[in-house]
Order: sequence, then structure tokens, then C-alpha cells
Amino acid sequence: MRGPRAISGAHHELSSRGGASRFRCPTASKAPGRGLRETLAAWILAGPSVFFLLMLYCLPVIGVFVIAFTDWRFGAATLSFVGLDNFREVIADEGFRSSLRNTAIYLLIVVPSTVSLGLLIALLIEGGKSCRSFYRAIHFLPFMATMSAMAIAWEALLHPTIGLVNQTLSAIGMPAANWLRDEHTVLPALAAIGIWQNLGFAMVLFLAGLKSIPKDIYDAADVDGADLWLDRLRTVTLPMLGPVSMFVVIVVALRAFASFDTVKVLTQGGPGHASEMLLYTLYRESFEYLRTGYGAAIAVVFLAIVVTLTLVQAHLMDRKVHYQ
Amino acid sequence: MSTRALRACLLLSPAALFRHTVLLATGALILVPFVWMVSLSIKPPGEIFRTSFSFWPVQFYGVENYTKAVTKAPLPRYLGNGVMICALILALQILVCAPCAYALAKHRFAGRDTLFGLVLIGLLLPHQVLSLPLFILGYQLGILNTYAALVFPYVVSPFGIFLFRQFFKTIPDDVVHAARLDGLSEIAIVWKMMVPMALPAVIAFAIFSIVSHWNDLFWPLIAVHDQSLMPPPLGIMVFKSEEAGTDYGPLMAAATLVVLPLIVAFLGAQRWFVEGLAEGAIK
Repeated sequence: MRGPRAISGAHHELSSRGGASRFRCPTASKAPGRGLRETLAAWILAGPSVFFLLMLYCLPVIGVFVIAFTDWRFGAATLSFVGLDNFREVIADEGFRSSLRNTAIYLLIVVPSTVSLGLLIALLIEGGKSCRSFYRAIHFLPFMATMSAMAIAWEALLHPTIGLVNQTLSAIGMPAANWLRDEHTVLPALAAIGIWQNLGFAMVLFLAGLKSIPKDIYDAADVDGADLWLDRLRTVTLPMLGPVSMFVVIVVALRAFASFDTVKVLTQGGPGHASEMLLYTLYRESFEYLRTGYGAAIAVVFLAIVVTLTLVQAHLMDRKVHYQ
Repeated sequence: MSTRALRACLLLSPAALFRHTVLLATGALILVPFVWMVSLSIKPPGEIFRTSFSFWPVQFYGVENYTKAVTKAPLPRYLGNGVMICALILALQILVCAPCAYALAKHRFAGRDTLFGLVLIGLLLPHQVLSLPLFILGYQLGILNTYAALVFPYVVSPFGIFLFRQFFKTIPDDVVHAARLDGLSEIAIVWKMMVPMALPAVIAFAIFSIVSHWNDLFWPLIAVHDQSLMPPPLGIMVFKSEEAGTDYGPLMAAATLVVLPLIVAFLGAQRWFVEGLAEGAIK
């Protein structure tokens, strides 16, 4: 599932492949030397991309692994290989462990809430004809708003005395809190911001998923007597959304996993280490403390988790393509 | 009039009523941070620290706050930097990616699968993981703390190549052959035929690229430390720490000005934004 355009793109891809074999121009058939010339032309066209892909992606990713296995510090003239020492240090470090734990807790709050709310809103939007694009626009707004600026707005909302949240809570007789300065509330507060930001994204993915459910399945369900909205939801919509939901879970998890702006702008990992998260730890160790080898080891751990999630996602996408 | 309005209301079925109620409520909650931000940006300090809330201030203080935001911090400079960096990145990305995507889509050549594998690997790698070697590379090139430092990691976009390739493949081979027979060079085919025909993909990619780089905080934080080079997300963070969070009015005005350009563009071209961003984020 890659949104409506991608689906049609994949579809076109198939049909154009068929078209190409049927209408292949006779002049294009293999003249001697043509293969070599075409190969040369193609590599010239791709040249700049190849150069930059190697320079900006391949070299750096190899670099991260090399640095992670050395004791090199930024600016040092010498380095020696230290094997797994950096990784041992990372795993033994209480700071890193709490960072990993916080990231896990953050994900456990953000992902289920974002996905279920996104599904609910998508179902409601798709459930009627009026104001569809209006509702979609409103819910999607946070996803594209500059997070470091919106974090400042959130800080004002969560301000202990003048913030709207605490004013509302005290107006209805609930206990207020110093959300971002209390180690028990800081992570849930950041998670709430994460949900607010990614909800619209999950909604859009579900809307695309809903559109791809063939109408005749609903007709068949009607014939079978599932004529109530709730029946159709239970018997058709939710089962058909199964693969999409798994996919949304992973995509939202990947985004939540890379949360950085709110931590950097609002808490700097504090109070204590209560809101320290993986990407922020990576940034601080690598670029503030200049613990280069240690930072690279965290980057490798980060990469391993992201790649695992992405491969699961790719697997699900493959399955989805085969369904069609 | 009122009876007709009432009847229209009653004509709404319970299900529709439920739908609108819930969506208006969640929509309102989503908008709260935006509304609060704008509200604080037009209030005088006295009203900001008063513990009673109203959206509209008793004394309109917007002019003072917004003037302060653009004069006390180099906010126009930040915004200008943002526009320039985004434009430069996008131009370079299209320039570099489109010919490669064309080669992948329309040529059969030795090493094509390897090249496509390279693109997929690039697609898989999160940029934050590469930041340390890229920082070292920038240091070696001597370009840290310049505009070039903000731009160079993004010169090639694996997602751009992937998306363009996808679209170029939908263009019939006959069109390409005809162009070749007309004597067009390969590079002319890319710019005069493929890119114009794939305009929807180009627009979707442009939106994705501009939004991600306008909003990015992570890399600018590493790449530059001169205030005169900062893009908006970094600039506003510095503004906040300098103000120590006390002067809320101008800070909120600055935040509003940073968020505003994308929101205006979004409301103008909603469908494009939703598709471009959703696809880009999935990759």
C-alpha cells in the first residue's frame, strides 16, 4: 500500500511493460554494438546520481560501521580498532539504556493511539459525503507544520501556570501538573505531541486503504444481509484493512522512532534522563560530547532497528501487491 | 429562516450528526496549538500572564509583537535562508535524479539492477544515521558552517529517483523511440519530454522535498552555527533560548511566521500536499 497514486503507478507499470513488448519499435532491436552504446549512454545519464549516491550514502554508511569499531575521536590523528568495545560500553551505559527504554515507552503510547485514532477519523470521514476535504485538511495540518515552531506553541499550552491545559484542568477540578518538568509526565506529554503530529498521516493512509476496497464486496455483503453500517464495518471494512493497518503501524512507528525536534526544543532529555530518546542521545553523544566512536555505535543500533522495521514494511507491501 | 435552518438540522440523520460532531471535536482539538499560538502572538505581556483565557486580546498587541519578532531576531534572514536552501536543494535534486531515473526506466544496460539496488539501499538509510560521516565529510571539504553544508547531503534523493522512475515507466516506449528518430539527444529527451510529462510526480516530489527541508532541524543543528546561515526551525529554537521563554508574544509571532508559509501553500493545494507528503514519508 503506497497511497492511491502509487497503486495506479504500479498498475501502469504492468500495463506499460506489456505495451512495450507488443509495440517494440523494430529499429530498437539489437543492432551490433547497440548494447554497449546504450550501456554507455545510460551510465552517463546516471553518472551524477551514482557519484553522489556512493559519496553521500554508501561511503557514510560504511564510515559509521568503521568508526563504531574504533576508538577514534573527532579531530584525533590516530585510531585503532577496538572491536566491540563501543557496543559493550553503549549496552552497559545506564544513560543509553534509559534512552532505549524511553523510546520504547514513547512508541508504545504513540503508535497504538495514533493508528486507532487515525483509523477512527478516516472511517468517519469516509462514512459521509459532506466536508470530506475540509476534515482531511484540518487533521493533516500538524503533519506538515514546522515541528520546532509548533513545539514552542505546545510549551505555551503546557506551561504550568499560564498554559491552557492546566487552566482547563483546574477549571474542571482536576489536578494540574508541570508537564515538561516532571519526570513522570514528560514522556506522556511528548507522546501526546507525537500523536497530535502523526494522526493525520495515519488517517491519510487509512483513507487510501478504504478507497482501495472494491465496492462489489460491499454489494456482496449487502446481499448476505450485512446492511447495517456496523455489520459492514465488522464483516468487510476492518478485515479488508488488515494488511493496511499492519503497514500503518510500522510507518508510524518509524516516524515516532525518529522523534527529535520536540526533545531538543522542549526538554533536552530532561528532567534527569526522563525524556532522553534514541535519536537525541545519538545527536548529543556525537556532536555535543564528540564521543565519536560511541555515537557511531548508537547510530548502528539505530540503523539496525530502522532496517528491521523497514524490511517488515517492504514484506507487507509485497504481499499487498500480490493481493491485487 | 430559523425554522428552515432547524429543519435542515433535523434532516441530518443521527449517523451524520454523530459524524460531524466527532470530526468537529477532534478537528478543534487538533487546531488548539495553532489557535493558541496565534492568540498569544497578538496579546500584550500583561494579558499573556493573566490566568483567564480568551482568544482575542482586550488590547490588540499584534503589531508590536510581530515587529519585535522580525527586528529583535534575524527572522527575515532565517526565512530567506529557508527559501534559498529549499530552492537550491530541490533544483539540484531534480537535475541529478531525473536523468538517472530516465536511464533506469527506459534503458536496458549492464549494471542496471545494481544501480537500482543502490537506490533502494539509499531509500532504506535514515539520514540521521549518516550524519556523523557526513559531518566529517563536510569538515574535510572545509564547507561546514556555510550554505553548502546545509545543501550537500541532499543533492541526490533516492526517493526522487525512485518516484521519477516509477512515472517515467508509465510513458510508452514509442514516445521515446519517436523522439530518438526525430534526432533528440538522450538528455533532451529527459528535459523536453520525460520531465514535462511526469509533472504530477515532479510536483509531488517538490512538495515532499520543500516541506521536509523547510521543517528539518536535525541536520542544520549539526551543519551550521552562524545565526546568519540558520534556516527557520533552527533560528526559532535559538530565538527561544535567547529569550529564555519569557517574552512569549514575539516568540509566538515568530513561530507563526515560520509555520505560515507552508500552511498557506497547503490550504491552496491540499490534495497535492497530502499525496506528496504521504508518499514521501512511506518511501
